[in-house]
Amino acid sequence: MTLTEFIAALDALGADGPARIAAATDLDSWTEVRNALIGRQSGRLTELMGALGALPKEDRREAGQRANTVKVALEAALEARRAELAAAEAAGGRALDLTMPARDRWYGAVHPVSRVIDEVVEIFRELGFAIALGPEAEHAWYNFGALNFPPDHPAMDLHDTLYVGDEQVLRTHTSPVQVRTLQQYPPPIRILAPGNVYRSDPFDPSHAPMFAQIEGLVVDEGVSFADLKATLSHFARRFFGASTRTRFRPSYFPFTEPSAEMDVQCGVCAGSGCSVCKHSGWVEILGSGMVHPAVLEAAGLDSERYTGWAFGMGPARTAISRHGIPDIRILYDSDVRFLDQFAR
Amino acid sequence: MKISHEWLARFVPHGRDAAAIRDLITAHVATVEGFEHLRADLAPFVVGRVVESERIPETKLSFNKVDDGSGTLLEVVCGAPNVTVGAKYPFARSGTRVPPSAKNPTGLLIERRKIRGFTSNGMLCSAQELNLGDDADGILTLETDAPPGTPLLAVLPAGDVRLEVDVLPNRPDLLSHRGVAREVAALTGTPLGVPTELATLAAPGSPPVRGDTAASAGGISVRIEDRADCPQYGAAVLSGLTVGPSPDWLRTAVEASGGRSINNLVDATNYLLHGLGQPVHAFDAATLAGDAIAVRRARAGETLVTLDGQSRALDPRMLVIADAERATALAGVMGGRASEVTSTTTRVVLEVAEFTPRVVRATRRAVGLSTDASYRFERGIDPAAVAEVLATGAALLAHVGGGRVEALVLVGDAPAPRPAVTLRAARAALVLGEAIPLAELTGLLTAVGFACAPTGGDALVVTPPSWRLDVVREVDLIEEVARLRGYDRLPDTLQGARPGTVPDHPLFTAYRRVRDALVAEGLHEVRPLPFTSGAAMPSPDDALVRVRNPLGEDEPYLRREVLGTLARRAEYNLNRMQGDVRLFEVGTVFLPQGAALPREEQRVGVLVMGRRRPAHFTEPQPPAWDEWDAKALAERLARVAFPDAAISLVAADAPVLWSVRAGEATVGTVRRVALDAPVWAKPAFGLELTLGEMPSARVAPAGAHAHASAPARPRAAAPMRYVPLPTTPAAEFDLALLVPEAVTSAQVEVLLRATSGPQLEACTLFDEFRGEGIPAGMRSLAWRLTFRHPERTLRDKEIDGRRSQLLKTLEAQLGVRPRTA
Ligand SMILES: [Zn+2]
Repeated sequence: MTLTEFIAALDALGADGPARIAAATDLDSWTEVRNALIGRQSGRLTELMGALGALPKEDRREAGQRANTVKVALEAALEARRAELAAAEAAGGRALDLTMPARDRWYGAVHPVSRVIDEVVEIFRELGFAIALGPEAEHAWYNFGALNFPPDHPAMDLHDTLYVGDEQVLRTHTSPVQVRTLQQYPPPIRILAPGNVYRSDPFDPSHAPMFAQIEGLVVDEGVSFADLKATLSHFARRFFGASTRTRFRPSYFPFTEPSAEMDVQCGVCAGSGCSVCKHSGWVEILGSGMVHPAVLEAAGLDSERYTGWAFGMGPARTAISRHGIPDIRILYDSDVRFLDQFAR
Repeated sequence: MKISHEWLARFVPHGRDAAAIRDLITAHVATVEGFEHLRADLAPFVVGRVVESERIPETKLSFNKVDDGSGTLLEVVCGAPNVTVGAKYPFARSGTRVPPSAKNPTGLLIERRKIRGFTSNGMLCSAQELNLGDDADGILTLETDAPPGTPLLAVLPAGDVRLEVDVLPNRPDLLSHRGVAREVAALTGTPLGVPTELATLAAPGSPPVRGDTAASAGGISVRIEDRADCPQYGAAVLSGLTVGPSPDWLRTAVEASGGRSINNLVDATNYLLHGLGQPVHAFDAATLAGDAIAVRRARAGETLVTLDGQSRALDPRMLVIADAERATALAGVMGGRASEVTSTTTRVVLEVAEFTPRVVRATRRAVGLSTDASYRFERGIDPAAVAEVLATGAALLAHVGGGRVEALVLVGDAPAPRPAVTLRAARAALVLGEAIPLAELTGLLTAVGFACAPTGGDALVVTPPSWRLDVVREVDLIEEVARLRGYDRLPDTLQGARPGTVPDHPLFTAYRRVRDALVAEGLHEVRPLPFTSGAAMPSPDDALVRVRNPLGEDEPYLRREVLGTLARRAEYNLNRMQGDVRLFEVGTVFLPQGAALPREEQRVGVLVMGRRRPAHFTEPQPPAWDEWDAKALAERLARVAFPDAAISLVAADAPVLWSVRAGEATVGTVRRVALDAPVWAKPAFGLELTLGEMPSARVAPAGAHAHASAPARPRAAAPMRYVPLPTTPAAEFDLALLVPEAVTSAQVEVLLRATSGPQLEACTLFDEFRGEGIPAGMRSLAWRLTFRHPERTLRDKEIDGRRSQLLKTLEAQLGVRPRTA
């Protein structure tokens, strides 16, 4: 046998095989067809493979590869037909009821608050921010003193603090990470610090004693309020939609100056006023400001040389408003029926 | 701070409506959170125009067609004599509630009804019916161009608006109408004025009698014993007073700013508080023993019944006002009941003083009593206003009480001028991103009371006004400039950013890897509260970190295990008949370290129970999660969490099933989880891995950094190396073995691998069996072994040789024999 003859025989088998397989009407006739095609004893393909040895040595490799291709195709066609016939047989000869549901599996879910954090992180990553973390039980100095809180001042009353020791608090905001990072790494600093913070707030429909916050910090030479406004407005457009309008209004945080709250135009009423925005047309999204020189100085930086800006936001608030969750405690209850709503 | 729009306008006649003022204050000063129309009851009324009118015979009534802007003319019966076709009137549609008034003391709900056979669909209203005046002779004609249907309040500015300004702790100067008026004056370019009621007062006859620590006049002596806490104490002695109702303007002002009118004298003190920002107090002079006033620390054991009727135990942390015998008021917080102004009071000592924020905060906290006065003193009052308010206040009380000012006393130091601060235009430009000319800087700051002196260069020397205690450094002035100019008028330009030096925190990247893997396994991420009762601990105070001021005594501790939190969450679900629970959390645990901050670890906890898969018609009863699922999850999780380490699970003592090792380190455990569970619940399995520690040590001392010790960015792990795909056939055989119960599967497998040589490719346990045909004390385990030679096909003889070699070794070393059929 020559290579040409061998290939012609293979092609014939490849062309003829599928039709014979399809013609099998039950498992018995399928077995007959299978044996005739690739059976170990008398299968046509087996015969041809046996003839490989008779070919000239230099042709064997190509012939073998071609034979293998045909073999794989025949096997696949046989298996598909066998599955059909077996299913039909199992169904008492009836065809499958293809309207029946797929075999299901459990789907997992990322917590809705984590989803908001993910989106914020993704947007700031595009702008070159890295992720920094810090401890939740903190020295009071990192939580207050280094952040320019005047000692024993009413500004502290805005932070109902849980204490775990003398001068040891559960951090009331993620801002301590600002100071830790500034002490650890030299500028340029571009970080985002997500994490849990604690307040001595009773657990009720709109308060929780622990909640997530996301802090952002930029420190370098020549960083200005214009960069703050532009970056945070860019964030708002990426997060809420390209046509989102923002406004900045004066605020007070001991660790930033000038301080500003950023509002976005209410998406429910498009600024005309509704109950969601308390009829102001605007929804408060985050607090921000230029890093106070005292904070840079607390971290040993030259506040004449470096400037920066920072912001903080609460992802839980975004999560409950975007999903219409009426009670913040639902985020903590961990009811599987709630969590599963975020699973697909 | 509640600001009455009308009262504000008496300080600054800005000529703008309340909404415009709200927007201006929010944009430049402080957020206006509330906007309350004090005549909100008029909101439903609209402008109505009479289109047709005819008399109803033998009555005083008219039958009219009214255009209310709805597009349909409404039929309305009206009893007023002055209905004129073409004129506009306040109109109440059906369903509108007319407020209670002299004419309708209980109010009136307007409904569609029949009058003398005519249908009436609303009401045209008189001034009296709307509480807009006494005119009840006819309906109120509106002189307006506004079309029918326009809200009445839009064309008839009736009633005051109360603005709720969210004053933050740095701006106590905004805690008065005058303070807010200063800002509005600057923002609108309107000069700050003096309200008529103050401008027309007769000035007290003579200036105050002054003294450093003591002074007396008008029969009263004043002495400051604690000058550090009370820099100034002013007292006005008034006599011939009559306590009675307040005049209308005073009552209205007090009520518009959210207070309740009490009597003329008390209302006048509230006027000074809310109008001028200075807390004052009126003592009934007849009650002061020895006609003396002393400012001193309270004595241990002293008590005082305050105005609210509470008896307060005093101690030396508190500052008090005392007469010759006893404490009569908590300085800066609240007066005493015994010296309260009553209906029979005729002689009054009016206190106008400066107490330091520190002492008022200490006093307020010690007694647990916050008042309008303490709120202002704690944040800081305008020290320069004390003398002024003393004179004005004395005149005001004398005026409204019909009495006279006997004398004024002012003890203490005149306030020192505020230190000047240099403002460099270049620095402002750097911080704000835009150069603002010196002239504009000067203009903005001068408008709110700063005194600006040029230096001849690029800077100003700026002296803050006495009421701006918050302005102490250059950046405070830059903020003033920014907000007064308007944040929205500052540029927003993205600046080119240099890449930062901070690497991603490895615990965050580990969290993301772990979380994504567990979600892919069908688990739900949770973020529960980390507090715990400590009930399961024999001595929780040693094992757990206790919150010193917990929210509740039921959960005063911080957890030391994530799994405990997940167990409580699983029970929560079981209580709601949810038995398929697959939760995980990546969170913090707190391990006590004595007086130091707790050690914090980032852990991942996983709890699974219930069905392994949802039911399907091919599998109506899916299997429940079991130990082997938990082991698989743990192995998978550990590999994801510690990609560079060799992971092994080592059998451990109950209730732990396995401890998880990454390299040599034990990083976690896999356990059965005991739950308070109903009988139908399936067993729960949990695992908890420590991803790493979150250090809480200080990075560097205050004012210093540790940049030299910044950790280097982690090197990327060595890439996975490609393994060439096999080109030779594999040879497989199964070993069914009888294994004594004392011998573990791992022992057998270790021996199989060790004995098989390098050509062993895979060794897979695929069966365990006990029972028929298996001797007691034994079990059958079966492995499939796959061998492959890299270069050639293995011969049958070689395979058989290995098989018998393996069996011989197994028998010799472990007493394991082949299972024969
Ligand atoms: Zn809205």
